[in-house]
Amino acid sequence: MMEMNRHIRVVDSTLRDGSHAVSHQFDADQIAAIAGGLDKAGVPFIEASHGDGLGGSSINYGRAKLTDEQILRAASSVIEKGALTVLLLPGIGTQEDLVMASDCGARAVRVATHVTEADIAEQHIGLGKKMGMTAFGFLMLAHMASPEVIVEQARLFESYGCDVVYIADSAGAMLPSDVKVRIEALVDAVSVPVGFHAHASLGLAIANTLAAVDAGAQYVDGTCRGLGGGAGNAQTEVAVAVLNKAGFETGIDLYTIMDVAEDIVEPVMQRPQVVRNASLIQGYAGVYSSFLLHTYRAAEKYRLNPRDILVELGRRKMVGGQEDMILDVAHEMAQTRR
Amino acid sequence: MEKIKAAILGPGNIGSDLMYKIMRSRRMQVAMMAGIVDSPGIQRAKSIGIPTTTDGIGPILDHPEIRIVFDSTGARPHLVHAPLLKEAGKLAVDLTPAAIGPYVVPAVNLDKVSDASNFNMVTCGGQATVPIVHAINRVAGVVYAEIVAAISSKSAGPGTRQNIDEFTQTTARALCVVGGAKKGKAIIVLNPAEPPLMMTDTVYVEVEKPDEKAIRESVEEMVRTVQSYVPGYRLRMPPTLDDHRVVTIVEVEGAGDFLPKYSGNLDIMTSAAAAVGEALAERILAGSGR
Repeated sequence: MMEMNRHIRVVDSTLRDGSHAVSHQFDADQIAAIAGGLDKAGVPFIEASHGDGLGGSSINYGRAKLTDEQILRAASSVIEKGALTVLLLPGIGTQEDLVMASDCGARAVRVATHVTEADIAEQHIGLGKKMGMTAFGFLMLAHMASPEVIVEQARLFESYGCDVVYIADSAGAMLPSDVKVRIEALVDAVSVPVGFHAHASLGLAIANTLAAVDAGAQYVDGTCRGLGGGAGNAQTEVAVAVLNKAGFETGIDLYTIMDVAEDIVEPVMQRPQVVRNASLIQGYAGVYSSFLLHTYRAAEKYRLNPRDILVELGRRKMVGGQEDMILDVAHEMAQTRR
Repeated sequence: MEKIKAAILGPGNIGSDLMYKIMRSRRMQVAMMAGIVDSPGIQRAKSIGIPTTTDGIGPILDHPEIRIVFDSTGARPHLVHAPLLKEAGKLAVDLTPAAIGPYVVPAVNLDKVSDASNFNMVTCGGQATVPIVHAINRVAGVVYAEIVAAISSKSAGPGTRQNIDEFTQTTARALCVVGGAKKGKAIIVLNPAEPPLMMTDTVYVEVEKPDEKAIRESVEEMVRTVQSYVPGYRLRMPPTLDDHRVVTIVEVEGAGDFLPKYSGNLDIMTSAAAAVGEALAERILAGSGR
């Protein structure tokens, strides 16, 4: 039995996951406008980083217009109430990057690993806690692991001192029933709050978000207009409306967040955030959402159908961060065709 | 033919794999496997007739004929071992992240650091990618090098996992110091797929002079050089140009001496260390060593 008006904390990732959809080209004015709007709407956690987290600006993941430091300073200059939050993927970002982020005013860090690799995050979580940050452990591509494995990995995060453990449906591959069993298992197994990060590849981002809170999640992610990797994320403004209707309390003002989405975020979008064939296949084949735009580019270069590249990446069980393998697959397919 | 006596400190997976590689050497013999407890690695060495000790480095220091010592313990123990080995006049090949001596990538800079008495083997990603960066740099001038190393989760040990920043930072430095890039960045990804994936390394560089033919020839020659000591090192995607940017992908299949074949990341470390030992032994035998 869920108590009514249970409080759900929303992490808005427009300026982090949303960065994928603009190929990491947010400028300082856009960042300040979006972060300021989110803060005014009452969003408690405002995530801003390269889409692949601190240190993500690279040939492999795409160079950002701004340095991590510029991104964070632009956001922190306007945030008054919310916690500026950063993403860090050990193996890409380092503890040095986290110190810089803290100096720029970041008050929360989400340390993300593949769903089976939590033990590479111990140092980064420890450092975040030492610097007084709220630390989230974030298990990516959670559809690839059973609830038992997820529980074991989440317990590692908890043992490192995480304040919240998350599972991310990074491919948008889960059905509401998949979300339910995983969140329920986690809520039973760990003593810290549990969160869920949805993707829209199968058109289920909001349904899955609702399934997560019904199963006991206390944190959920969204982005304005769903801006994000692949088919995008749960739309923050829709999630707030749905959670309100379902009797949950988010502390976010619905009209203000709707206006941020329509007046500030929508004008900076480079393409409609919809489920196109390639992103549908990401959900269907379980492929990391951020691969989408890189796949479009490789498909064009090697004259291939992006769908074929994505299906092969799924077959090979590529994980987050392996954007280079898009080229490998495309190259191999082009060779075979000859 | 006379063989130079070598010892291995640290009878774990790396030390055991190294033991089999040195047993095949024409110039070295394993004179001792040293650990601190009676571990499976010590038992294994004993069972094939290698002298062993569980008293750590002491018996190696006391053994006057041991000239080369491979240290596969850990960064902290090596900080203790290094000065002792130096004082005892023994050459150290350091497979830990301690990096007291210069970085060595055999295909690239072995001759340039031959005066050293302690050689650091960088990282597995460094051994796999620095040769490519160097090969491109010598014909095209590398302004920026970035590598992505993907290794199977099963072959990433606790040392790597607990200190993953050490991998990215050391590898990035080696891309510059040994590879010749002006700026370097390294990324590591662990993939748990079953059956385990082979180690794959992608090398992106930005160059001053994008001459595709020269770059391809230089890289192909370099791949052959690395193959002389890492037989499972292969070009997966030849250097491919896009304006001033070059992408090259290599893979490393292990020799399967002691570690499974998918552990190319560990094999390239032990193979490179054995190659350094081989060169040192050759120098000693030629009389130019100490």
